Amino acid sequence: MPLPANPAELTLADARDALRARAISSVELTRTFLSAIEGARGLNAFITETPERALAMAEDADARLANGDGRPLEGVPLAIKDLFCTRGVRTTAGSRILDNFVPPYESTVTQNLWNAGAVMLGKTNLDEFAMGSSNETSFYKSAINPWRAKGSNQDLVPGGSSGGSAAAVSAHLCLAATGTDTGGSIRQPAAVTGIVGLKPTYGRCSRWGIVAFASSLDQAGPMTRTVRDAAIMLQQMASVDAKDSTSVDVPVPDYEAGIDAGVKGLRIGIPKEYRIDGAPPEINALWAKGAEWLKAQGAEIVEVSLPHTKYALPAYYIVAPAEASSNLARYDGVRYGHRASNASDIIDLYEKSRAEGFGAEVQRRVLIGTYVLSAGYYDAYYTRAQKIRTLIAQDFARAFEQCDALLTPATPGPAFAIGEKSNDPVSMYLNDVFTVTVNLAGLPGISVPAGLTADGLPLGLQIIGKAFDEATVLRTGHAIEQAAGFTARPAMWWAS
Amino acid sequence: MAASKAASKYIEGSTGPWEIVIGMEVHAQVSSNAKLFSGASAEFGAEPNAHVSFVDAAMPGMLPVINRFCVEQAVRTGLGLKAKINLESVFDRKNYFYPDQPSGYQISQYKYPVVGEGEVMLDLAGGETVRVGIERLHLEQDAGKSLHDQSADYSFVDLNRAGVALMEIVTRPDMRSADEAAAFLRKLRAIVRYLGTCDGNMDEGSMRADVNVSVRRPGEGLGTRCEIKNVNSMRFVSHAVEFEARRQIDILEAGGTIRQETRQFDSRAGETRSMRSKEDAHDYRYFPDPDLLPLVLDQAWVTEIERSLPELPDAKKDRFMRDYGLSPYDAGVIVAERELADYFEALAADVEPKAAANWLNNEVLGRLNRDGRTIADSPVDAGANNRILKMMAAGTISGKIAKDVLDIIWSDGGDPEEIVKARGLTQVTDTSAIEKAVEAVIAANPAKVEEVKAKPKLAGWFVGQVMKATGGKANPQAVNAILKTRLGIPEEG
Repeated sequence: MPLPANPAELTLADARDALRARAISSVELTRTFLSAIEGARGLNAFITETPERALAMAEDADARLANGDGRPLEGVPLAIKDLFCTRGVRTTAGSRILDNFVPPYESTVTQNLWNAGAVMLGKTNLDEFAMGSSNETSFYKSAINPWRAKGSNQDLVPGGSSGGSAAAVSAHLCLAATGTDTGGSIRQPAAVTGIVGLKPTYGRCSRWGIVAFASSLDQAGPMTRTVRDAAIMLQQMASVDAKDSTSVDVPVPDYEAGIDAGVKGLRIGIPKEYRIDGAPPEINALWAKGAEWLKAQGAEIVEVSLPHTKYALPAYYIVAPAEASSNLARYDGVRYGHRASNASDIIDLYEKSRAEGFGAEVQRRVLIGTYVLSAGYYDAYYTRAQKIRTLIAQDFARAFEQCDALLTPATPGPAFAIGEKSNDPVSMYLNDVFTVTVNLAGLPGISVPAGLTADGLPLGLQIIGKAFDEATVLRTGHAIEQAAGFTARPAMWWAS
Repeated sequence: MAASKAASKYIEGSTGPWEIVIGMEVHAQVSSNAKLFSGASAEFGAEPNAHVSFVDAAMPGMLPVINRFCVEQAVRTGLGLKAKINLESVFDRKNYFYPDQPSGYQISQYKYPVVGEGEVMLDLAGGETVRVGIERLHLEQDAGKSLHDQSADYSFVDLNRAGVALMEIVTRPDMRSADEAAAFLRKLRAIVRYLGTCDGNMDEGSMRADVNVSVRRPGEGLGTRCEIKNVNSMRFVSHAVEFEARRQIDILEAGGTIRQETRQFDSRAGETRSMRSKEDAHDYRYFPDPDLLPLVLDQAWVTEIERSLPELPDAKKDRFMRDYGLSPYDAGVIVAERELADYFEALAADVEPKAAANWLNNEVLGRLNRDGRTIADSPVDAGANNRILKMMAAGTISGKIAKDVLDIIWSDGGDPEEIVKARGLTQVTDTSAIEKAVEAVIAANPAKVEEVKAKPKLAGWFVGQVMKATGGKANPQAVNAILKTRLGIPEEG
């Protein structure tokens, strides 16, 4: 296999093979990405760069590769969302309240990656505590989407919350990145930056060591440039974990081996409720095209109904803030993180530390969450939201009696301008309209780049699968990827 | 009958009788090496913050994992309280901010506790039995400890206790007097100690009670209650109830109304004081902890635990009355502590049980009380006492000598038979030796002989003199018989 002139052009799969064949060293590859990162600081994709650690890990990897005992991701440079705790490396969750926090432990998912030989380039930008769909709530300012509309110099958001990871993968600053997805935080930024983002089944990856946003919804997953790369990443990220009671002991199949199986004979459901008023015609056109692609490859297209879809977003914005309001209570300025000075007593210390440490969106959600759990409101909000959650899961279960996977748009539109929606939370929340249902039901979903808008901005299609059937999701995603032949690239306007 | 018993518990006010109604919430620390949701040690008394895991300190991204043994202990306790075990229960978060609660919430069980309804039977003085209903038992985390006296400018926090497993045991409002409240706590403590699920150590805070007290006119509905927090001894429970009932009666009789509130008991002043009213109560915003799956138990596992339960105080008391012929009172005293009951059984193995019970109650417990010791650290074990009793029963030593032998072993240790042998304490049953001593005493006291002949009841003086002369070793029955013959005292009829 001939190496490209710029090794940053490699897919993860090809880089892995080249490393194994010793056609390139991990140090060489790592240096390539480190210099790309340095040259792309304008994208603000990283909160913390870890070049020394990256090179040290790369040297170790090269030593192993030289001995012929390379592990599955030996020498592969990755970017890590700054929500994963990394031992000895500052982990901020995009928040001022953790600006100075250096964890003395390593999250299970990142430990799995290091155990597989991967190299850490740094920690990527994100919405504060993963609360946002644009990356604009980050204390470290928004990461910038590498894509711009045709003929425009307007900076666009990279989506969120895993916007830094999306920008880094899209701009070839790493081979792949980790993300987390609570309501769409992997799939939505992947869609608007033209990359692949996979949210696995709830319980597939351990949540231990990931800063919690909404515990019953949070799930880690890969963000990559190809479906094959997502399969390779998930293979290593997934594990049952005695330290996470909600992780599930289901065997991890060989995802990569399964992606070429094709979709012949698969029944693909098209949920009619995902055809929403006011969506740009391009979205529905791409969706129809996706169905045609799968049909052309031998899949059977069936119309299905998910009748409770319209309640998903409201239910999500009750359940997620409720859990967040409790999960974020530990950030109190007492044991670690930001502590306000000049507090007069303990209550004052709490109030000042949290008021200074949390940004506006986090405060909004803590308030919403506290409200919906309050005496007298609990049944009206939280209990009903949980009922809706059950109904949504039942919708999917019924749909999956008729089909093997679902095809939907990933987002209601392409990337938008920085500042465009930041003062309108409801319109911002609508970004997740196609993705939250999947989190509420705990199912796996992937966003695959499938086309461009007339303005030249990427759009994604989403495949939703049955619980723990990531294999079918990846296989169908791969079929879309091949049919779409998405080769468009953002102009490297940021490169200095 | 029942009515008169109840009436005897009424408190007399200036306007008539009042009835006290008491319910309790007892926090009992689960005996376990590790905490409820982390692997950190649950041991008491370590250096501050020596037993704190990342989970206990609520570091970002840390997750609780249930300690199966703590669940087993809760189930065991539930079975000991004859309670329903709920095969599915749920852990909830109770949200509130306090520095000794690092995560900002306590993991507890709210709507669905692991143990449901059960009961505790109380044996009261006078042979009365009272049933106290158990409403529920649930598992929850303990908080850490705030230290406000270490610095002028800062408070300190010790998280050693944060996350330690507690069982909260909630009763029905079934108690009607301070005595009943104390008896309940004593009985509950005995049960958990028998079960090995809580050490019952109230000094170390392993068991503490929140006591709900209200008063009412006999026959009327429940009055407004006040909750007295964290009462940590049997005696304080009794004092707190008495004070609080009287306080409420005084208010009501003066035409006032009781405000529902939380109060604390000041053991030094012997009074309760207001802490916060109902209006100040927290909204804890309970909701199911999404980090934990519902706790699902296997009936077979519960049955296995049930089969392994030890004999509990009530059953043991019945057996002691039946098999050893003990009185309800003696049996009740002996079964109150498992160690004491075990001690008794070893002691009474092959001697007359009543004699063993008396010996235990009067001699062993008397000495332990005097020395401030418990049965567990008694200097003389049950086996040695058993051998003393056997020598006494065989007439080898007298009761007096038996006590002397116990005293010797108590302070110096040693083997009972060897002590008796080495010190020549064997009882003299040889009548000729006793006759010789009797003759000597009679010869030395002619005036007394005349007195006794006139007043046979004074013969005891001669018995004492003979015993003294024989160094206490003479068999008292033999001395009595010989004296009576020799002094011509008729046999009592």
